[in-house]
Amino acid sequence: MFPKPIEKQPRAVQISYQALLPVALLLWLGPLLAVALFSIKPEADFTNANYWGLPSSFEGAKNYGQVFFNSDMPRYLLNSFLITVPTVIGAVALSCMTGFALGIYKFKSNLWIFFMFVAGNFVPFQILMVPVRDLTLDLGLYNTKTGLVLFHIAFQTGFCTLFMRNFIRALPFELIEAARVEGISEWRIFWYVVLPLMKPAIAALSVLIFTFIWNDYFWAVVLTQGAESQPVTAGITSFNAQFRAAYHLMSAGSIVAALPPVAMFFLMQKHFIAGLTLGAVK
Amino acid sequence: MTAVDVTEHESWFHRNQQRIAPWLFLAPGVLFFMVYVIIPVFQSFNLSLYEWDGLGAAEYVGMRNYEDLYWEWVDRDAFYVSLKNNLIWLVMYLLAIPAGLFIALFLNQTVWGIRLYKSLFFFPFVISQVVVGLVFTWFYDPTFGLLNEFLSWFGLGPVNILGDERFVTYGIIFAGLWPQTAYCMILYLTGLNAVDPEQIEAGRLDGAKGGRMLWHIILPQLRPATFIAFVVTIIGALRSFDLISIMTQGGPFGSSRVLAYYMFEVALSEYGFRMGYGAAIAVILFLIMLCFIAYFLWSMYREEKGH
Repeated sequence: MFPKPIEKQPRAVQISYQALLPVALLLWLGPLLAVALFSIKPEADFTNANYWGLPSSFEGAKNYGQVFFNSDMPRYLLNSFLITVPTVIGAVALSCMTGFALGIYKFKSNLWIFFMFVAGNFVPFQILMVPVRDLTLDLGLYNTKTGLVLFHIAFQTGFCTLFMRNFIRALPFELIEAARVEGISEWRIFWYVVLPLMKPAIAALSVLIFTFIWNDYFWAVVLTQGAESQPVTAGITSFNAQFRAAYHLMSAGSIVAALPPVAMFFLMQKHFIAGLTLGAVK
Repeated sequence: MTAVDVTEHESWFHRNQQRIAPWLFLAPGVLFFMVYVIIPVFQSFNLSLYEWDGLGAAEYVGMRNYEDLYWEWVDRDAFYVSLKNNLIWLVMYLLAIPAGLFIALFLNQTVWGIRLYKSLFFFPFVISQVVVGLVFTWFYDPTFGLLNEFLSWFGLGPVNILGDERFVTYGIIFAGLWPQTAYCMILYLTGLNAVDPEQIEAGRLDGAKGGRMLWHIILPQLRPATFIAFVVTIIGALRSFDLISIMTQGGPFGSSRVLAYYMFEVALSEYGFRMGYGAAIAVILFLIMLCFIAYFLWSMYREEKGH
């Protein structure tokens, strides 16, 4: 283990390490804790310039209540879910198939198709912006959740294919060969042999894509406009315009907007990190 | 008769199914990806040769959009400022890699509660960039921001980071480094977990420790993690849009624009719908990115052939 385990160090080093940890964490999350503090302060604290003192009264319930019952925030949150969940399902479904095709079969253009997905996954969004917006307008899907979902599914398929293909490559190929000897059709091999083995990859990708799509801002701005279809990342700017200079409410709104992927991360931590670090270890 | 036909048909499919199956599995994914990603790239290339307001007829203008950019005939001090800022982003953003390694080394212990510490250190990466942008806008705020509160303890005057042309880009990059460092940290933590303990012992016996051990024994084993950290950081740097849009909208006076934001501004904001001109900016950004994409693919290709 590197660096040298702290248990093998002198007692003084151990104690200072233990003391340093919380301090470092506090510094690291400082800006975020500040917002959390703002979100439970009463409005009066801001007019009295009591920014950093203790809240003169605890108004967390009131501020968050305001966000949930007196703004468009629930609408935006619902939109975010209605955009994120179908995208996760669509992209994972498509990439299970593409990953299977590219991971199992040997054919001439295999590597080129794979590279097409990888390269496409890296392009700057701006080069897609005008054509994708036109396509969405032509389909009559501008300013709809469906329009956003279709694009997200297509784009995420690139990353998901990279992920799935590499995962399937690492599976024992003998299993598939044995099934073929048995005369099992390719479709059944996919469905009954490979897919059950892909469960960890599916779980990891699902949490990753959930976070990516929930946090998307660019496409939300390009393809949607109003409260009826905008996800929370885009909605938060109109929310902030509505409550201009009401820092206690803007802070509470930001925290609410950030919460779902955070909850997802803490609940599915193992899968999340397995997904993010695939390939980081040989 | 028909029964025979069916079996013959089935057997043909059966005999060839290993050739046909991959294409059937690929079809939906490839189709979607073609329509929404690959073809639009070429459409943008084509569009950059036209002048188009998004509604009326497009007018072919050849290379004029690129000339306008090169000489800055349309927007003064926009293109080169954006290009320069992109370069600053690229270089500064790479600091996330050593910073992530540093935090990973700091946290790679097995004391009580360390798992929770690791998760909490990683946490900024999970938050949307929009919220990161808001958090740091308030952090920098000249009247109540935490930064100026902190500076005032040392008797330093208030600085308006986001309102000052000299600091604004660095201020935004610093905000971006926060989640990016967390990402690099998690990559390195995973990498450190898999470092071969025997090699470390062998190194210790040879008297290597600290920096030398890190450089000669640990880092070579962390190469895959470093490669991924490099890829995601470069892509992240060139994609920077959300933070700029939230924190400054390219200001003050366009001094924090990057190509990605400038393109958006030109094509889809109150400054008018200059789609062709925007496409030309996107093409330039794409060509910059293409250098890196080519390098990544080449590395992957060598890896594939090495197997």
